[in-house]
Amino acid sequence: MAELAAAIDLEAAAASRRHFWSRFAIYGLLTVFAAIYLIPLLVVVFNSFREQAEIARDGLISLPKTFRLEAWAQAWSTYCIAGTCQGMQRNFLNSLWMTIPATIISTLLGAVNGYVLSKWRFKGSEVLFTLMLLGVFMPGQIALMPWAFVLGKLGLTNSTYGLILVHVVQGISFTTLFCRNYYIGIPDDLIKAARIDGAGFWRIFWKIIIPLSPPILIVTVIWQFTGIWNEYLFGVVFTSGQAQPITAALVALTASGTTARSYDVMSAAVLIGALPPLLIYLFGGKYFVRGLTQGAIK
Amino acid sequence: MTSQSLSALTIRNLYKSYGAVDVLKGINLEAQPGEFIALVGPSGCGKSTLLAMIAGLESVTSGEIRIGNRLVNSVPPKDRDIAMVFQSYALYPTMTVRQNITFGMESRGVPKADQAEAVKHVAALLQIEALLGRKPGQLSGGQRQRVAMGRALVRDPKLFLFDEPLSNLDAKLRVDMRTEIKKLHNRVGKTTVYVTHDQVEAMTLASRIAVMHQGSVQQFDAAQMIYSRPANMFVAGFMGSPAMNFIPAELGDGAGRPCVTVRTADGGTAALELAQPVPAGAPRNVVLGVRPEHIYRFSDDLKHRKRAIAAVKAPVELVEPTGAETLAVLRFGDLEVTGRFDPDGAPRMGETMTLGIDMARACLFDPTTQSLL
Repeated sequence: MAELAAAIDLEAAAASRRHFWSRFAIYGLLTVFAAIYLIPLLVVVFNSFREQAEIARDGLISLPKTFRLEAWAQAWSTYCIAGTCQGMQRNFLNSLWMTIPATIISTLLGAVNGYVLSKWRFKGSEVLFTLMLLGVFMPGQIALMPWAFVLGKLGLTNSTYGLILVHVVQGISFTTLFCRNYYIGIPDDLIKAARIDGAGFWRIFWKIIIPLSPPILIVTVIWQFTGIWNEYLFGVVFTSGQAQPITAALVALTASGTTARSYDVMSAAVLIGALPPLLIYLFGGKYFVRGLTQGAIK
Repeated sequence: MTSQSLSALTIRNLYKSYGAVDVLKGINLEAQPGEFIALVGPSGCGKSTLLAMIAGLESVTSGEIRIGNRLVNSVPPKDRDIAMVFQSYALYPTMTVRQNITFGMESRGVPKADQAEAVKHVAALLQIEALLGRKPGQLSGGQRQRVAMGRALVRDPKLFLFDEPLSNLDAKLRVDMRTEIKKLHNRVGKTTVYVTHDQVEAMTLASRIAVMHQGSVQQFDAAQMIYSRPANMFVAGFMGSPAMNFIPAELGDGAGRPCVTVRTADGGTAALELAQPVPAGAPRNVVLGVRPEHIYRFSDDLKHRKRAIAAVKAPVELVEPTGAETLAVLRFGDLEVTGRFDPDGAPRMGETMTLGIDMARACLFDPTTQSLL
């Protein structure tokens, strides 16, 4: 009995050693990868609080010796970009005014499309869905010329409204795909029961489909918000100066330094530009993961 | 015309096709007011499609559906004055039980006070008062079933439609709910069309049964008639468990009386005297249909009790006691025949038994057309 127990103990000890080293390797590797992603962010955060003189003296990658918020204030409201000295605030607001409506509209349209394509199928609806899916695989630059033409005809060049239109249309493929695949999992019997109960197309949508949708709507909103906020190509091509979204303005800012580059202001500006998607991830991230992995409601 | 105006539901020559596939081929049915009709058949026979067409959830390819006197072929579901209970219950998951029940009334703009009154009445009827504040996810299968029925009942429709409502319940609950549905129907007395693949459910609940197979109604008749005089071999085989035995036989004359000759296990034949005269135009080769419970252990007493007992010997190959009765596999020629015996005096394995077949209850079928002779 005792010998057996000792043997088991030895084996258990060996197993726990193996366990320790495998854990060590896993966490070590994870730490390395986390560092690869986090260190650049850390460098930028530090630099946004350091004095330009200190950056010039100690180099870009160094621990801060000073702490000041001036670079943030400058980046927000006084820094000169291409001759206009109002900082990034205007562009930040442009981005908000572009991203919020475009996200809401494209998500709602995607929900309606998904509802029709999953619950009110018609002859050719599968073909239509397949065609819409092509949009998922189509790179944005293919659409540049057509959009330039359309925006020109509509008189929406160099305007936030023009960008809203572009992002809504460009985003519909994704939002439709997300919602349609989610709604496929909602039993058709619910729709039939509601039809017998006297509910029509919109009543079923608002009273039955939408209340079941939060998981997929959160996924879609996060996807659209970050995608549209971070989008650069359309912003830089279709707008200029005061009308530019923040992504385009950031590039203009880095290009505008005539003398010494102000790394402190640039760092602060980049962080201002990155903040909204970061916040969205921070608050919605767990729903995002849950929504992507969750099956539909039974 | 008078018979049509009396019916609660009339279906005339109804067809349904999906492209080249005919799902329903000329259905004719009618239900009297207050009647309980069961549509029964194997999966894919078209019974659920037929129900969906009555509900207005599927379009009509050709033919007529009338609810009361009104032709409803192209009337939308909500205007047909029907209510439906689904196999999956189809309760709205985000709404409470109360909201589930009132959703239809909300859609039709029934005043709030009337809604509350109707919910109260239905909840009391189904004993679900305590559940009104809960979501469907918090209910057991049986409770969901009740709520689904409540949602249908509250509508007070002309016609109730049930689509296999009990098939998601476990065996015990299924029997309980079956009884409840029957009681409920007796109390409310609404015309009901009930789809099921379970022949016991159909037999116990319905006043008349439509047996469907491959898109057409094989027989539409009272439950007892379906069981004792099945119109064809499909109906005979589908209704009843264990199924009716089909024994190839030859018509003949035994001592001046009509009889059928069947093959026995020892390679010989046995002549079984028929209870009725042979129908005119019957072919020489027929199929003798005998239900398992119409096979007895032969005795003189049995001969006295029953009008038409035919005796035949058969070896017992397998015995399956179920408690209430004992099933035995008997050999007839190269055929296995199932008999259903009282556990007292049940067959023993290996025994060669003299059987008494109740020929008054036996059926004869034409093997080519498969229909009853």
